[in-house]
Amino acid sequence: MADMVTLKIDQQIVTVPAGTLIVNAARKAGINIPVFCYHPKMEPVGMCRMCLVEVGYPQRDRVTGELVKNEDGTTKISFAPKLETGCTTPVVEGMEVRTTTEKSNEGRKAILEFILTSHPLDCPICDKGGECALQDLTMLHGPGKSRFIYDDKKLFAKHVPLGEMILLDRERCIQCGLCVRFQHEVVDDPVLHFYQRGRSLEIRTYSEPGFDSIFSGNTTDICPVGALTTVDFHFAARPWEMERDPSICAHCAVGCNLIYNIRREAKSGGKTVIKRAMPRQNEFVNELWLCDKGRLGYHYVAAAERLTQPLLRKDEKLVPVSWEEAYQRVEDKLRAEQVRLVTLAGGRLTNEDLFNFHQLNQSQNGKAVLYSQMAGGDLTAQIGLGKGSNFSDMGKGTAILVVASDLHEEAPLWWLRVKQAAQRGAILIVANARPTRLDKFANHVLRYEYGQEAATINALLDGKGKDEFTQAAKAFSEAENGLVIYGSDGLGLNGSEQLVKACAKLLVERGYYGKPNNGLLAVWDKPNIQGAWDMGFHPDRNLKGTLREADVAMIAAADPAGDNPILAQALEETDFVIVFEMFMTETAKMADVVFPVQAQIEREGTYTSGERRVQRFDIVLPHIEGPKSDYQIAAQLGRLMGLSTEDRSPVLVMNKINEKVKGYQEITYSRLAERAEQWPLISRADSYYAGTGYENEYGVGIQISSSADRGEELSLGTLILVEPQEEVATGIKVVPVTALYDRGQLIQPSQILAKRLTPQVLLMHPVLSKKYQLQDGDQIKVKVAGNEIVSGVKLDADVPQDVALVARSNGFPISSPVFVQIQRLVPEPEA
Amino acid sequence: MKSVRSMVLVSSDPVSMERGAAQVYENLKTEIETLGLSDEISLSMIGDVGRHDALPFVIIYPEATIYGPVKPENAQYLVEEHLYKGRVVPELQASHKELTGKIAWVNARKGTLPAEQRIVLQRVGIIDPENIEEYIINDGYQALGKVLSEMSPRDVIEEVKSSGLRGRGGAGFPTGLKWGFVSGTPAKKKYVICNGDESEPGTFKDRLILEGDPHSIIEAMSIAAYAVGANEGFIYIRGEYLLAQERLKKAIKQAYDYGILGEKIFGSDFNFDIHVHSGAGAYICGEETALIESIEGKRGEPRARPPYPTTHGLWGKPTLVNNVETLANIPAILRNGGKWYRSFGTPSSPGTKVYTILGNVNVTGLIEVPMGITLREVIAIYAKGMKRDVSFKVAQTGGSSGSIIPASLQDTPMDFDSFQNAGVSLGSGALLICDENTCVLDLAKVLQNFFKKESCGKCNPCRIGNERAYQILENISQGTGTMQDLDDLAMISKNLFELSNCGLGQTAGSPIRDILNHYRAEVEAHIRLKVCPSGVCPMSGKRL
Ligand SMILES: Cc1cc2nc3c(=O)[nH]c(=O)nc-3n(C[C@H](O)[C@H](O)[C@H](O)COP(=O)(O)O)c2cc1C
Ligand code: SF4
Ligand code: SF4
Ligand code: SF4
Ligand code: FES
Repeated sequence: MADMVTLKIDQQIVTVPAGTLIVNAARKAGINIPVFCYHPKMEPVGMCRMCLVEVGYPQRDRVTGELVKNEDGTTKISFAPKLETGCTTPVVEGMEVRTTTEKSNEGRKAILEFILTSHPLDCPICDKGGECALQDLTMLHGPGKSRFIYDDKKLFAKHVPLGEMILLDRERCIQCGLCVRFQHEVVDDPVLHFYQRGRSLEIRTYSEPGFDSIFSGNTTDICPVGALTTVDFHFAARPWEMERDPSICAHCAVGCNLIYNIRREAKSGGKTVIKRAMPRQNEFVNELWLCDKGRLGYHYVAAAERLTQPLLRKDEKLVPVSWEEAYQRVEDKLRAEQVRLVTLAGGRLTNEDLFNFHQLNQSQNGKAVLYSQMAGGDLTAQIGLGKGSNFSDMGKGTAILVVASDLHEEAPLWWLRVKQAAQRGAILIVANARPTRLDKFANHVLRYEYGQEAATINALLDGKGKDEFTQAAKAFSEAENGLVIYGSDGLGLNGSEQLVKACAKLLVERGYYGKPNNGLLAVWDKPNIQGAWDMGFHPDRNLKGTLREADVAMIAAADPAGDNPILAQALEETDFVIVFEMFMTETAKMADVVFPVQAQIEREGTYTSGERRVQRFDIVLPHIEGPKSDYQIAAQLGRLMGLSTEDRSPVLVMNKINEKVKGYQEITYSRLAERAEQWPLISRADSYYAGTGYENEYGVGIQISSSADRGEELSLGTLILVEPQEEVATGIKVVPVTALYDRGQLIQPSQILAKRLTPQVLLMHPVLSKKYQLQDGDQIKVKVAGNEIVSGVKLDADVPQDVALVARSNGFPISSPVFVQIQRLVPEPEA
Repeated sequence: MKSVRSMVLVSSDPVSMERGAAQVYENLKTEIETLGLSDEISLSMIGDVGRHDALPFVIIYPEATIYGPVKPENAQYLVEEHLYKGRVVPELQASHKELTGKIAWVNARKGTLPAEQRIVLQRVGIIDPENIEEYIINDGYQALGKVLSEMSPRDVIEEVKSSGLRGRGGAGFPTGLKWGFVSGTPAKKKYVICNGDESEPGTFKDRLILEGDPHSIIEAMSIAAYAVGANEGFIYIRGEYLLAQERLKKAIKQAYDYGILGEKIFGSDFNFDIHVHSGAGAYICGEETALIESIEGKRGEPRARPPYPTTHGLWGKPTLVNNVETLANIPAILRNGGKWYRSFGTPSSPGTKVYTILGNVNVTGLIEVPMGITLREVIAIYAKGMKRDVSFKVAQTGGSSGSIIPASLQDTPMDFDSFQNAGVSLGSGALLICDENTCVLDLAKVLQNFFKKESCGKCNPCRIGNERAYQILENISQGTGTMQDLDDLAMISKNLFELSNCGLGQTAGSPIRDILNHYRAEVEAHIRLKVCPSGVCPMSGKRL
């Protein structure tokens, strides 16, 4: 515990840790000192001079060093002759701060008067109007009118695009530098800068494409004025017209907390629509931030091609039928004797969906298969991140090993938080086959060849091998706390299994489990993979065979046929296919029965994040006519089969889950809604302090315990490794990696991101391309497992020389390392 | 070093070069060789002092005869007459009117002007700045040798404290005290920075020290580093001072070659390295924290203070920042003792001060005189009176740290405390001397324009306040000001002082404050009578 100091602010006695800045100490006491350039997540700079206050220090005798006393025995305070910036001055014992004296009020008024003389005041057409720090502080502290009436406001083009996502209005910029500092200090994308000086100061972006950062949207939250706004929300609505609904981002395993702002509007035919996504504070998960995929990737809800009616195959054609008829058909199938049932579930389903599906599946002795290429959910449940873990608490004494993950692309917020932990002094070891954005912050960077992931972890365990391995091994073993984060860079299910076993072994041998800030963390590629494991679903190494042999396949939130022609072929052999979908996917097209389901934002539910934090989300939009929740349909089917599955509310499903599923005992919807004390103390009422992000009124979720936390006996299985078989094959080895902006179902409808989507290419080293006489930009025909696909070629000297990389979910059916044949396409000569 | 009978210096500033100085040099060289005088006579190129039109000039020591302008074809005759036959060539001598301060001083040694007191400029213009041996022969590196062999760091700081030396960068902060702060920090890594950004309008004293005596700065920085416990130093030189940068780099190289920089200097355990860092045209980079940011490769913007550089400076390490002139005093102080230094100047401001004189006076240029001399003396003696005998009205002491000095203060001793008591400041040492034909409003406008342009823009009051103040002054100078404007000006001046982040903004309001204090009637005349009493302002009736 840091030393505490006690001081007086406006007659209130406050006790805070030594080193706390005056603005924050005041906030603790409920006194809001106005700020523009200060943000609680960044180093103070003292630029805007809005926070000037009178500061008095206890007076000491020059000779003896003793405190000087007043006649009444109190310590004499001597006030500094000039105002001091509350945002840069740390508190000291016995200090006295006055925030509302004539002098500081006059100072604030003068600052506002100066700013306003240079400001366009076009609030009526400003996207920030209504949640603008400048408006708010002017109302609270500003002069009624200005003494300077010059016609020399800075004139610039309005809302200039900085890239496709963010607009800049230089007239409104008050040069607080928050955006520049956020990009430099917080997210290490130094693509914004100040240009010129004095009154000619301007924000510029120096990147191609403009404002090239996956965190750019956050600058629009922290910009105290309408200088930076999103293209997405431009002229879309006024803040006071919108309602707020809490949700959880469904794009990755981090589970960022957000708020959707919605409104019913004539423009949308009287329907309620989402106008924007905003971060909701959760200091255990996403702090105050969102990545741009989470912020801008909600448009799929409004996509037109939604399924609204159950479909049944009749005469080789899918035709709309009633729910009863569809249910009946499925019931008939399931009641047939000795059906081999397979339930294939995707990681976008909620815990409640998965639980009901699992109940149904189990009653028919079916096989519960998770549609995922990553292994280890059983291990994370046992020795995963200990309860009470929080990246924000990690620093000196903690060793973090990140292996086979391009965290920046796979889980942006974790990248950010791991980076910050490293900057606070945590030992960071990054092991990957190619450089990633995390290397820069690592104490040890280990390179291996794709395929050597598990062997690399084993080498760390032995502490033998190349020099940097022994050093990293030593650093990892000497820490107080240790955690391993593993991803899926270049891995398929086989490789993932090898890797996670090695990671588990390392953690167990080092004793890094069963306590906070220790354990295993998987960078799942979908929001609720952990929940799926917990509900009893596991990936299948031989999915092709499993599907082929099934009599009935129930497929929910997965599109195997669309992803991989081989799986499509397998499905052709499945007798009866039931699909639960929002859209007419390739798999749905092959189905015998299709049930239309609701989107995440149209329903309630819970996800279990990678950190095993169970978080609930609310209904944001009224669901469209027709579709039902997966859990409801599964429950209905269950009931038809004589089960007592719950179909009334996810709340009630959760009550069943907590009876049956280990670790979930304490989870109820009401407990999930509990708030926690968070620092910084933010509030929409004074958004000048931390931006327009929302405070968390809806609950921070609950991190569930691991088996090790509970002291249960572990059954980790054999962690002995089978040596990976050297595949003998010809052609180029291609490995899959994750790209944030892929061509997944949920992201494609967000037009705004279209230009940033990862190119559909094989990424290869110039050495490799030379071998095949390929050049950057060439088109090639790729033969993979009997199929031919056309792809581009992109050269990158950073990737290993002997493999090509391809992004997952990007139109290329590769989900594990594979050898392919390629052939260069000669462009048709132009006529 | 060989001893020579005569030393010949040829000016090499850009104007001289344009007018054929290089050829003059070549011709002199050829002629000296032809006459077989090479062993007795040294010939070098030297930098220049300031503006004048006798360029290029040739100075011949020990007589200190100045010839100028010298053409290449004069070289042969000059060598023959002066160096061979020993006869001065009057028709080629520069006329006194055209002389700059530096040359004025050269003449002073011949008894035509009262002697200045030279400590800082002791060797400037006398030695070849590109030759370390000449520095060494003229007492150079003696102080460093003494410090490293005989004195503890504490002794050094005590000596500097006892000299009473105060910073010449503008604020007059006691130098020994600052050294004590830095030496008192426990950090292992510390830095010493020499501030040679010198961008105050009208100030060019540091440039002459850097160009004319670069080794004195190296020696002083080494002593400072030893005293505070630093082993690395930076010299931050204004970007336009190319010659100074070149000279410094050469000097540093020579010092390394002589073992005066680097490891185990003079056989002691003291190591010291110096880097030269060039500015890039921003006045604000003279402010010490902006300067530090600039060295770190960031935008030159002042930091929030505290913490001060003495504890959190360059790359967060304790850092000593001293002005060039401040440092140039150090070797002499350590050679001769603090007590000796106190024998010059006044008790509260000991030592000498270098001034750059400019404006409506007969002789402009550089002088070094004891602290405490009055403005009246400077004008009468060194500047040789006001031009065309128009009477003196107001002086400005240079840039943001300076202030407007009305004629009523011309008998106030020029030292830190006397000036402070009179409500003005010494500034950087420029003395812009203006006569009765100067309009104070116009003067304030010029200064305000400078601040407005040079404000780094980091903080609101300075970024916008300077703009507003300038606009009001502009309106008044066009005859469209109102009496309300004067209150607004006073308000801006106060807010600049109270609310700004750094010294630039904090002092940017002083010209307005000063003209309102001392010349209110004249300013009001612009508003009430719509006339500019000096006939300078345009008074066009236009309004911004
Ligand atoms: C706007 C501004 C410009 C300055 N410019 C210079 C400068 O050009 N040279 C300088 O030595 N000090 C300059 N200073 C003062 C420095 O910040 C610093 O006080 C000085 O270098 C300390 O040296 P001293 O103690 O030897 O005077 C400037 C200060 C301000 C506020
Ligand atoms: S930034 Fe704020 S004050 Fe400025 S125009 Fe927009 S809403 Fe109005
Ligand atoms: S754009 Fe916004 S955040 Fe950036 S400097 Fe301007 S006002 Fe501040
Ligand atoms: S006072 Fe002026 S120069 Fe100094 S930090 Fe502020 S804007 Fe920059
Ligand atoms: S100066 Fe403190 S908030 Fe800007």
